[in-house]
Amino acid sequence: MAASALHLRLLPSPPAGLKLQQRRLGSRLPRQGGLSRRLSKVVSYYGLTTPPYKLDALEPYMSRRTVELHWGKHHQDYVDGLNKQLATSPLYGYTLEELIKEAYNNGNPLPEYNNAAQVWNHHFFWESMQPEGGGLPEGGVLQQIEKDFGSFTNFREEFIRSALQLLGSGWAWLVLKRNERKLSVAHTRNAISPLAFGDIPIISLDLWEHAYYLDYKDDRLTYVTNFMDHLISWDTVTLRMMRAESFVNLGEPNIPVA
Amino acid sequence: MALRTLASKKTLSLALGGARPLAAAASARGVTTVALPDLSYDFGALEPAISGEIMRLHHQKHHATYVANYNKALEQLDAAVAKGDASAVVQLQGAIKFNGGGHVNHSIFWKNLKPISEGGGEPPHGKLGWAIDEDFGSFEALVKKMNAEGAALQGSGWVWLALDKEAKKLSVETTANQDPLVTKGASLVPLLGIDVWEHAYYLQYKNVRPDYLNNVWKVMNWKYAGEVYDNALA
Repeated sequence: MAASALHLRLLPSPPAGLKLQQRRLGSRLPRQGGLSRRLSKVVSYYGLTTPPYKLDALEPYMSRRTVELHWGKHHQDYVDGLNKQLATSPLYGYTLEELIKEAYNNGNPLPEYNNAAQVWNHHFFWESMQPEGGGLPEGGVLQQIEKDFGSFTNFREEFIRSALQLLGSGWAWLVLKRNERKLSVAHTRNAISPLAFGDIPIISLDLWEHAYYLDYKDDRLTYVTNFMDHLISWDTVTLRMMRAESFVNLGEPNIPVA
Repeated sequence: MALRTLASKKTLSLALGGARPLAAAASARGVTTVALPDLSYDFGALEPAISGEIMRLHHQKHHATYVANYNKALEQLDAAVAKGDASAVVQLQGAIKFNGGGHVNHSIFWKNLKPISEGGGEPPHGKLGWAIDEDFGSFEALVKKMNAEGAALQGSGWVWLALDKEAKKLSVETTANQDPLVTKGASLVPLLGIDVWEHAYYLQYKNVRPDYLNNVWKVMNWKYAGEVYDNALA
């Protein structure tokens, strides 16, 4: 992965009058047509993705036991719960990301929201980590972090601080804010996802107690520091940044789904 | 083991239903801080329903941290009030609600639990027993309802058996994070609370919160709940 050769460029906002392609989820609704869907008995169904490494590969920073339980039980339960809800739900034909935005319903979440968001959040989380991760990013990602936080150390401190400021269950994020075209650290409660606010997630860290209790008991600080220093997959972050960059500069593609 | 609680007036009267508060410890500034209450049983006394490891961590780490952070927030609040710094006062509310709520809730929780050998798990008698039958149909129905609401709670929080002092009715309520029951209604009195934060059961029950809920009833201190009920309606 030639990360060092990568040069990221977030273009400044386009001049007024040049319209970026907009996603219009609302326009999909008539397509569903309740009657025809019920006649065809087609429902949405989502699958459980597998972490891109063996279950013990993140030791000693995240034990095999934790990954087994966290992925095999918690993540699996969210998938099963979501599919069960979708069997009798009018929400059909969405990608998972679209489903999350739709089910968030502008702050008044539908019942499917929690499961959908948690399925996505956990998938994103597994992919945010790799064995022998952590350390420093390179090239374009490092430049963007230095530009938006002043230094990598500042970013690291801010991420850890934000993670500790979260009270209760939730997630810590590095996101690319679409309108400001800047990286930003944030934390969300329970299953809330930055996707619901139109931001582009770059890193996620699960701060529900089930994510760290077996390995760290109540010591959230060590868990977060280990994640930062030993688990973050900067390769994945680079890929995500490239994708995010093109979405911000060129607009997100409107891919029709069957 | 004597209960040596140097609690603030508010938390103590909440816990004892209006009894005369003990003399409170005051710091040099005059801020009344709170202290971690002792358990009236050993850490391992609630096994096998709740493991000693969990009880020790829950009390010595989690509750102790809430106490420490609440006291710290109180000192900061005192300073902000003295300076007339309104925005600092408002900003501290989150920490006070979370840590103060954590202290209030856990202080109630330790009293809600009792070793089986000392009467834990024995169903309620007297006025509370009859009120449960009247408001829920049966004791079993209440347990089923609390278990269902506790299992369905997303994230961290508590499930409560609440008495509405004004309406003189029982209800099952849930609160998020460390919000005390009173945030759901000013006239609500907590009779029993079950901590459904993952730290309350994860080491023992892992992700199977329903198993924890089924088992915690075996060490439930209904005698205490009955006393709170009687006092509240006295």
